[in-house]
Amino acid sequence: MSKVTLIPKPAAQNGELAVDAAPVNSKSYRELYKKREQIYPKLAHGVFRNLKWAAMIVLLAIYYVTPWLRWDRGAGRVDQAVLVDFEHSRFYFFFIELWPQEVYYITGLLILGAFGIFLSSAMFGRVWCGYACPQTVWTDLFIYVERLFEGDRNARMRLDKAPLSLEKVGRKAGKHIVWLMIAAATGGAWVFYFADAPTLFRELFTGTASTSAYLFVGILTFTTYALAGTMREQVCTYMCPWPRIQAAMIDKDALSVTYRADRGEPRSPHKKNDTWEGRGDCIDCHQCVAVCPQGIDIRDGDQLECINCALCIDACDAVMDKVGRPRGLIAYDSYANQQRRQSGQHASYRLIRPRTIIYGVLLAIVGAVMLYGLSTRDTLDLNVIRDRSPPFVRLADGSIRNDYVVKIMNMTDRPRQVAITIAGLTAARLQAPNVSAEGEIVVTAQADRVSAVRLHVIAPNTLSSGSHDLTFTLRDVETGDLAASPSAFLAGGEQ
Amino acid sequence: MTNRERDEVSGTETTGHEWDGLKELDTPLPRWWLFIFYATIVAAIIYWVLMPAWPIGNGYTKGILGWSDRANVAADVQGLRSARAPMFERLATATSTDIAGDPELQQFARAAGASVFGDYCATCHGAGGAGAPGFPVLADDVWIWGGAMSDIERTLQVGIRSDHPDTRMSLMPAFGSGILSAQQIGDVTEYVISISAANNRLEANTIAAGRGAAVYQEQCGVCHGATGAGDRTLGAPSLVDDVWLYGGSRAEIRRQIELGRGGVMPAWGERFDAGTLRALAYYVHDLGGGEADAPPPAPAAAPVEPSQTTPAPLR
Ligand code: SF4
Ligand code: SF4
Repeated sequence: MSKVTLIPKPAAQNGELAVDAAPVNSKSYRELYKKREQIYPKLAHGVFRNLKWAAMIVLLAIYYVTPWLRWDRGAGRVDQAVLVDFEHSRFYFFFIELWPQEVYYITGLLILGAFGIFLSSAMFGRVWCGYACPQTVWTDLFIYVERLFEGDRNARMRLDKAPLSLEKVGRKAGKHIVWLMIAAATGGAWVFYFADAPTLFRELFTGTASTSAYLFVGILTFTTYALAGTMREQVCTYMCPWPRIQAAMIDKDALSVTYRADRGEPRSPHKKNDTWEGRGDCIDCHQCVAVCPQGIDIRDGDQLECINCALCIDACDAVMDKVGRPRGLIAYDSYANQQRRQSGQHASYRLIRPRTIIYGVLLAIVGAVMLYGLSTRDTLDLNVIRDRSPPFVRLADGSIRNDYVVKIMNMTDRPRQVAITIAGLTAARLQAPNVSAEGEIVVTAQADRVSAVRLHVIAPNTLSSGSHDLTFTLRDVETGDLAASPSAFLAGGEQ
Repeated sequence: MTNRERDEVSGTETTGHEWDGLKELDTPLPRWWLFIFYATIVAAIIYWVLMPAWPIGNGYTKGILGWSDRANVAADVQGLRSARAPMFERLATATSTDIAGDPELQQFARAAGASVFGDYCATCHGAGGAGAPGFPVLADDVWIWGGAMSDIERTLQVGIRSDHPDTRMSLMPAFGSGILSAQQIGDVTEYVISISAANNRLEANTIAAGRGAAVYQEQCGVCHGATGAGDRTLGAPSLVDDVWLYGGSRAEIRRQIELGRGGVMPAWGERFDAGTLRALAYYVHDLGGGEADAPPPAPAAAPVEPSQTTPAPLR
């Protein structure tokens, strides 16, 4: 393999502003069968770094704290605010409780998520990648820990090159231990979403939790440690499909982290008191490269590797402040603006365009439909299953009987008395010891449960053979809530 | 490395293969892919050591973990059995009212009964007791030996024409083999149709039926009763309804008089424990046509259809 020549070091001419940072993942560096080169992202300071810290704290807090939130659903009921209860097929989310047949709300949620990310991409490019993606958040946290133990970029590079020593081992060991602890906490928090958190917490530590709980803690500990600790930018570059899809999501008006080549070029080192005439604002100091967690050079233009974390904006703004040029050499900008400026036009931001309006409207519609569905959600439902064998029974007096299992879903937390009636076939009547004069059967529907009732319907032999429509109706005796389900009555010829 | 050719544009080695001037690049595998590939090989070797893996002769390598699907299933089955045992014990002494009054027990009896019925009974009686020619429908309200739960359980225990010493036993003579003439059989057929609900659709020949009446009282009335209502103590089916074990057409009714067929139901009393038997009886009783248990000191039997759910059909 031929060695790639490094970009000439500009440090000497730029004083303390310049760093000797190579964009190891940029196209000019990349070779196919090359070992990954470690990236040592330098700590950036500025607006976007602060924004990222804030996003990280909020998102991690949501992740770790949510399973511990309680929500009162009445005595004897699940009191965890957010819980995916596979054992009893329920999903709890604060005031919402979903049954398995209502998974379409989850589908709705996924659609909302998709449109949300489409909209944010169309407006601000890869904000999800840069600020909210778990891979980004945990990697950021792990780099923070790394910095605590090993120092910033230069110190880390020195440490890695240094011969083995007690100090080196100590620093490295400390880092890995804290990483593992964070990873275990991450895996631990994950399983709390699927069982009562306080109980499972106790069980996990007393060794009485289920094997699958330990297994999932183990798996997530491993993935967190591996993905955020050692793989980092490779996940975004090689494993994640989103960077590929992203290209279809943005257009020339979408904002994304951009090096304004029109202003920066021609780049060259700049010494104090040198003139700015006839040159670009980029002093080729490589600060933007040094802070980049993806190991690229934003000045190469839009790249698949760039997660739009905007740390290079912070880095360059700091440099511009020092050399006394206006900020924003690297900034959130659109491709269209670059072209406008090049042709001497005014830059303008067009966040509201047909594409974003459509995404926004779709978001609003799906959200409204879901809200409507949730607020008018039925709490009483039934499912009628007609016996298939025998399809019908001829009785001694020649009349015909069909048998049904009626499943009554009571999605409230109290038992209810419900009256079952049939309609649509005048000749038919319900047969049971407790059927009332009006042809009703009153049964108790258990709280928060499906109760099954076996029912017989009898019709006289004067009924013509073939299938007849029949409707089963449920009525809450107290509240008058209604639910109905169509079924059929089969009257055969000869049996 | 040997002197391999390098592609100028990509800098990658070629495989040396060439087709019509196209050369194939020997692009290396991604490292992560390669590592996972090696890892699967290692995992396979570990698996061979731990788990049953290689066939040898009549046996196989057992693996040091001693895993055996067969043993696991046996253990699972055993575990299920012991988990269900208490419910079966409760069932063994429960009456039909006990079961109906206890939702948990009822659900258990239904489920256990349905599963045993599906395994052993449905072969002849059909799924859900749908019946077949020669095999009675169990879902209807017509019973040859009685439809109270105790009757059903008794039938299950001893069978019908089985090898059990106390088996339920009834014998219909084959009237076609020399007892009655063809003409007499035809007359009795018309008479039987005339007293049954089948008359509505078959319309008996009244003259023949009139002749058949005398033959009926002489030959058939002993078991099937003077009115044809049948006698459950003898296992003689009712002839007045429109439910026919061997088919309800004129030819089929006649044929049964000629042949006097009777099926065999095995005795299940030895096969199943008391709890299973009760679950099965409850399931059949619960199919739709079950009758209430008769009050113990039964008064003089009245010759009526003792159906709880529907009145007996009378002309
Ligand atoms: S873009 Fe900014 S940070 Fe990057 S090399 Fe140029 S001046 Fe330095
Ligand atoms: S180029 Fe800039 S925005 Fe892109 S990943 Fe690197 S630091 Fe973040």
